[in-house]
Parts: sequence; structure tokens; C-alpha cells
Amino acid sequence: MSGRVLRRHLASRAMTAVVVVLSFTAVLALLLILGNLVLKGASSIDWAFFTKSPVPAGQSGGGVANAIVGTGIIVGLAALIGVPIGVAAGLYLAEYGSGRLGFVVRFIADVLNGTPSIVVGIVAWTFIVRPTHGYSALAGSVALAILMIPMLARTTEEMVRLVPHSLREAALALGYPRWRTSLKIVARTALGGIVTGCLVGIARIAGETAPLLFTALGNLNFSVDITQPMQSLSLQIYVYATGPFDEWHRLAWASALVLMGLVLIISITARWVTRQRYGRIR
Amino acid sequence: MTSLPIESPPRLTGPRPQSLQATDRSDRIYRSVLTGFALGLPLLILIILGVLFTGALPALKRFGPAFLWTSTWDPVAEIYGAAPMIFGTLASSVLALLIAVPLALSVAIFLTEFSPGWLRQPVAFLVELLAAIPSVVYGTWGIFVLIPFLRGHVVPPLKAVLGWTPFLQGVFYGNSLLAGGVILAIMIVPYIAAVSREVLLAVPASQREAALAMGATRWEAVRSAVLPYGRAGLIGAVILGLGRALGETMAVTMLIGNRHDIGVSLLQPAYTMAAAIANEFSEATTNLYQSALFEVGLILFVLTVAVNAIARVLIWRVARGQAVGSRAL
Repeated sequence: MSGRVLRRHLASRAMTAVVVVLSFTAVLALLLILGNLVLKGASSIDWAFFTKSPVPAGQSGGGVANAIVGTGIIVGLAALIGVPIGVAAGLYLAEYGSGRLGFVVRFIADVLNGTPSIVVGIVAWTFIVRPTHGYSALAGSVALAILMIPMLARTTEEMVRLVPHSLREAALALGYPRWRTSLKIVARTALGGIVTGCLVGIARIAGETAPLLFTALGNLNFSVDITQPMQSLSLQIYVYATGPFDEWHRLAWASALVLMGLVLIISITARWVTRQRYGRIR
Repeated sequence: MTSLPIESPPRLTGPRPQSLQATDRSDRIYRSVLTGFALGLPLLILIILGVLFTGALPALKRFGPAFLWTSTWDPVAEIYGAAPMIFGTLASSVLALLIAVPLALSVAIFLTEFSPGWLRQPVAFLVELLAAIPSVVYGTWGIFVLIPFLRGHVVPPLKAVLGWTPFLQGVFYGNSLLAGGVILAIMIVPYIAAVSREVLLAVPASQREAALAMGATRWEAVRSAVLPYGRAGLIGAVILGLGRALGETMAVTMLIGNRHDIGVSLLQPAYTMAAAIANEFSEATTNLYQSALFEVGLILFVLTVAVNAIARVLIWRVARGQAVGSRAL
């Protein structure tokens, strides 16, 4: 090998090495965060953690039962509102979205996907908290639902587009009306994918904090009333992590581990289901 | 990938049979119902703009454009200016990009060009998981792990080498522009990586093969054939990451120090627009105070929408119409 060629090969090797090292740095960050969560959080998780509500500041003991239940209610309600709208919008994009309106809706959905969630919190505050003169879990759910809709619209569209044309054509050729073809054949076939999209969306909003700060507000007591302030795991972590007490910090780590576990379990299940169903679709 | 056009069938001569007319009607209803839901998205963006604008009106009238470059924020004297937050938002985002872009592009290049097949899925999966971690968990990790690490192992050597520059003046107490920027960087790596990866996957194999056939080394093929082909999309991916960083709230609120100050030192506390809303919105007692925060929200929203729109246009130019990266978003 001449010197010039050798030099080029060495440069290639060197750049490859740089790329590999930097990639693994990124992966290392994830492993570090997960490792810290488990190390610092796991020891504080016991039965009381899941079954008790918080005790007054400074005392030890207590749990986050109110926050776990609150997250379930707020996120569940958000899904009830957001899923039908998001999925219907996604069906529109897949079925009729080739025209100008489809382009506009698709573009806006992508842009809204990057909207700061705190701004959505302001919108929910304006429409629900201000007129009713009170913070409420419902306002938090509306904010989270708004965050879900553009995300679901895009994933639903993608999943519905994966349905082979032959299925649609076969149904139409048999004289099936278009709307029934769309709902009973196309959407039904893509159902697994649509459910996956919904799960990923739910996993994402379950960890949201910013839009809940001045809607659901947080609540130190156990509450299931959606017209009243309610605690969520994410709000609880924020308060505990930024608070002054060691006991709070301990609970913050444990709550973070629980929230992280919840989010990871939902999203990993979702991805696993898609892989099972559709094989290696990239 | 085009869907089968669903339009009304060609009209046959003579009246349509009754059953088909009923079908036509139900199809029309179905289509208009779906259209109604889809119109919800454009409506949503208008509603958000409308809410922020009407809320911001008192502050807009009172302070005018000077709001953007006034750096006083005094709820007692009722004087508000957003300059420190706008500065802090931009500074922390730029710092985050400086750190995140090399990492994220490396991940994308590694996954599409250099990785052995068996490693592709696991690495892609781990990076996707980074995107699934809630912001408040990043914040907690930042307070208890990242800040002590920066204080012990990063700031002292940085100060030893570059301590004479204006960027590293003052004492590092923890909550600072540096901490906020680093946590933002970790958070946006998966977004930039996921979109870049899909952009690089959309580069035709023939580009790569042609370069290799001309005798290019593997890196030369990447640098001279693959990256230029996907350039617009890669820039789009980076801008998309910028949009994320601008609007990110919780982790930054927990780490940046929340001080209404403009300073170039990375070691000093700063503030961002999102953090200001998060901290002060529910405490804003007077109408003008609240209105000023609405205006901050309006600026933030318009800024992120513009940044995201630019990013999308660039990405769509490479992968036309595909929902590139939507899985990660």
C-alpha cells in the first residue's frame, strides 16, 4: 500500500472509531440514568410506599398511593378524550389525506408534536381552571389529551397505510361500502398497530409534568374527585426532588423509579407487540 | 405509498339504484365525520394562538415590542421584560445542540453505516428508550447525579484550561446554564438520532456503492456520498432537536437556577421562558403579571412552531410525505 492509500485507510479507521465511541457515550447516558434510578430508588420501595399517602414534611414513612392513583385517573381520562379524536384524524389522513387538506393536517400534526407542553397547560388553564375558579384533575386530563392527539394521528396514519391494498380492493370488489371497508377491513387489520400507537402515546403523557403544574396542581391527600386538584407521580417527583428534606429526596428517587418503570413497561410492551405482528418493519 | 383514491365512482347513465344511493350517502357521512376530526388539528393550533394572544393583550399594549429587550422583571413595580428568559432559552438550547449533535449524528451514522447487524436493534432500542424517560426524571437525576458530577469532575478541569474566558467566570454552585444545557443535550440526543437515522436510511444504497466502487474508503463514502445526499434532512433533524430544547420545561426548570439575569458565564444561573411559566404562572396574582407570562408563552409558541415548521420542510424534502421520526416523537 502506498503512503497515501494507507493514510486514507487510517483516517477511515479513526473516524469509525470516533463514531463508535460517541455512539456508546450516548447509550452509556441511558444506562447511567437507569442504573442510578434502580440503585437509589429500589431500597425505598416497600408495601407502604404503594399503599400509604404522604405524611407531613419532616416525618419519615408514608407513600405515594395518592400519586399513583392520581396518575392513573388523569392519564386514563386523557386517553378517553384524546384517543377517539387522534385515531379518527389518523384514519382521515390515511384514507382521504392525499389532497391539500391532508397535507395541511399532516404538517400541523407534525408541528404540534413539537409544541412545548407547558403552553398546552396554559390553554387548559384558560378554558377550564379560570371559568371554574379551581384547579382540577379534569383540566390536567384535557391538557394531556391535547398533547396526545397529534401524536396519535400520525402513528394511526402510518399503521393504517401498512394494510395491503389488496385487502381493501377485495372488500370493495365484493360490493362493500367504502365506510365499512375502511372501518371493518382496513382499520380492523391495523388494529394492533393502532393500539400500539395509543400505548406509546399514553406512556409519553404519563410522564408529563409541565402541563399539570397549574391544572391538576397536585394534592397531598388521597383524592379521586376529578373536579378537585389531584396528585400525579410526576408532580410528586418535582416537589420532592426540589424540596429541602432528605426524606423527600429518597421518596423522589423511589417515585421516579416507579414512574420510569411504568413508562418503560408500557412502551416496551407496545414495541414488542408491533414486532410480533408486523415483523421487521422499520 | 399512495392510498387507493376513494372518490365517488364514475356516474353511470340512468338513475343510480336505490341501494347504491344509500351507500353513497353513508360514505359521504363517514368522510365528513373523519374530516371533522381531522379539522380539529388546524383548529387546535388556531385556538392555542388565540388563547395566548388574547391573554397577552394587556402586556402587549402596555410594553409593546420593548418587552423583548427589557431585562427588568419586577412584579412589585409591574415592569416586565423577557430578555433574560429569551437569552437563557437560546443560550441553553445552543449549548445543548453543541453537545448533542456530534453524539446524535454518530449514533445515526453508526447504526446505518458501521454497526454489525446484530448490534443495530439493541442500540436503536436503547436510544429510543432515552426518549421515553420523563422530563422530571431527567431533572431528578440532574439534581442528584449530574450536578455533583459536574462540580467534582468537569468544572475544575474546564476552569483550569479555559478559566480565563468570559464563559467560565464565577463560582459554580450547581444550578446553572451549564447544568441546564447538559441535561437538555442528553434529552435531545434520541430525537436527533432517530430522525437522522431515518434520513440516512432513505439515502439510496447506490450512492454508497458508487462511492465505494470508485475506491473510496468507508468513511470517505459516508462523508462524500451519504451525508451530502441527506444534508437537508440532517439539518432538519438538528432543527427539530432545537425545537425540543427550546420548549423543554421540567428538567431545565430544576437545573438552570431560575434567575432573571443575562450573563455569558456557563457557571451562573439563568432562566428560560418555559421555566418562567412553570415557576410563576400559578403565583401570578395581578392581571398584568399573568398577561406578561401569557406573552412569554406566545413568544415561546411562535418560536417553536416556526422552528418545527422549518425542520419538517427540510425533512420532507428528503423523505417525501413519510412520517419520518414520528415513532420517536
